[in-house]
Amino acid sequence: MTSGLTESTLSVGDAAFREVVPAGEPFMKEITKGQTVRILDLEGNQAVDTLFYSARDPEERYDANNTIREQGNIYLTSGTILRSNEGNPMLTIIADTCGRHDTLGGACSAESNTVRYALEKRHMHSCRDSFLMALAEWDNGLSKRDLSSNINFFMNVPVTPEGGLTFEDGISEAGRYVELRAEMDVIVLISNCPQLNNPCNAYNPTPVEVLVWDS
Amino acid sequence: MSDSAAGAFDPSRVLWEERVPAGAHWSGVLRRGNTLRVTDSEGGANVSMLLYNYEDKLERYNMADTLKGQHTAYLTKGHVCYSDMGRVLCSITADSCGWHDTIGGVSNAKMVRRKYGEARYQEHHNEYFRNGFDSLVNELGKYGLGKRDLVANLNLFSKVSVDDDGNMKFNEGNSKAGDFIDLRFEMPTLVVLSTCQHPLDTASEYKPRSIDLTAWRSGTAPADDPCRNACAENQRAFINTERLFA
Repeated sequence: MTSGLTESTLSVGDAAFREVVPAGEPFMKEITKGQTVRILDLEGNQAVDTLFYSARDPEERYDANNTIREQGNIYLTSGTILRSNEGNPMLTIIADTCGRHDTLGGACSAESNTVRYALEKRHMHSCRDSFLMALAEWDNGLSKRDLSSNINFFMNVPVTPEGGLTFEDGISEAGRYVELRAEMDVIVLISNCPQLNNPCNAYNPTPVEVLVWDS
Repeated sequence: MSDSAAGAFDPSRVLWEERVPAGAHWSGVLRRGNTLRVTDSEGGANVSMLLYNYEDKLERYNMADTLKGQHTAYLTKGHVCYSDMGRVLCSITADSCGWHDTIGGVSNAKMVRRKYGEARYQEHHNEYFRNGFDSLVNELGKYGLGKRDLVANLNLFSKVSVDDDGNMKFNEGNSKAGDFIDLRFEMPTLVVLSTCQHPLDTASEYKPRSIDLTAWRSGTAPADDPCRNACAENQRAFINTERLFA
């Protein structure tokens, strides 16, 4: 996708729902078909790890491979259709003032922190901990089994033509946002990333805001 | 790779051999210390593969952890496949092909019908058109697993490169007849695979290819193992893995 920056046509004053999600906390909410959800990077360079499940049948869920393959491009931006494991459109990105978002970098976990940084980093808070706590609270039978490849909104993970992959400094700034229209009833599951060991959050995890507009 | 290298292929240590036909699906268990050679028998094969810890199938191959731990978007000799628990499922100890895809996903029924048309079992018997998604779900079902467990997969022998703008390209002719990859298993692993075509395969006709599987007793990774020592991340993942078997 060419990173065409697209401004929203919606007014913040018309939002039906607003909530600030501090770094290191999960967020989970049903978004019904036709509603629009915005994720707003309040202070800049914050990674927002995000999964989507069909509200009717959570076995149908966001699928990173289907999403990037069907658009022929690994970056998500305006015009990207987020596809499920069944190949169905779940949401469409309708506005994006950041430019591109990652879906290959996955979520941090206690275990991956031991590998990537040091065995002693196991006890640092991680996205998978936030995801697991949110799923436990949702109490609908989902578990670690259901934590598939996620989106990292505002995160910059370039792949080179030679096949290299790195985590680079973010390209987001305070006030940038991404906005998605739900094409089916979905549950959005967010971990506002607590990672302190790499530049995905500029080493300083910060709050984001979630806004929802009715259709 | 010389025959004297630790863990190298040794015909006297072969445990079993099996041909998996074109477009078929297969699953099996590879024990710690055994190596599986997957050979592209005709050239142009694709193997959509998933890996699970056989003793705890909640632990499985994790695409993102594998890629970011080794700063790579593809896999070849010297790389390992990480589980989501910070451990190594298997190491790539040999590879004559050079690039195995990690990001393309699997084909599905709708896609196969759109690209190649329809060929039902009723008319075509075992030549009917299969697809990667249904094939993997079919094998997973034998172990109490299903769609929920069908995470981002490997596509052995296929190459999908990405340009500076992020555009994905399927590279034809990546694998020749006789090309092979050796996977040395570092934990008892459930291997689930389909030999259906890659979803980005540019061929206009349904033409999957067969593969050969050869398992042998190779032993586990020695201290000076190139996969273990490829990077500090792999060294730590091996420590995590060996603690599981301590």
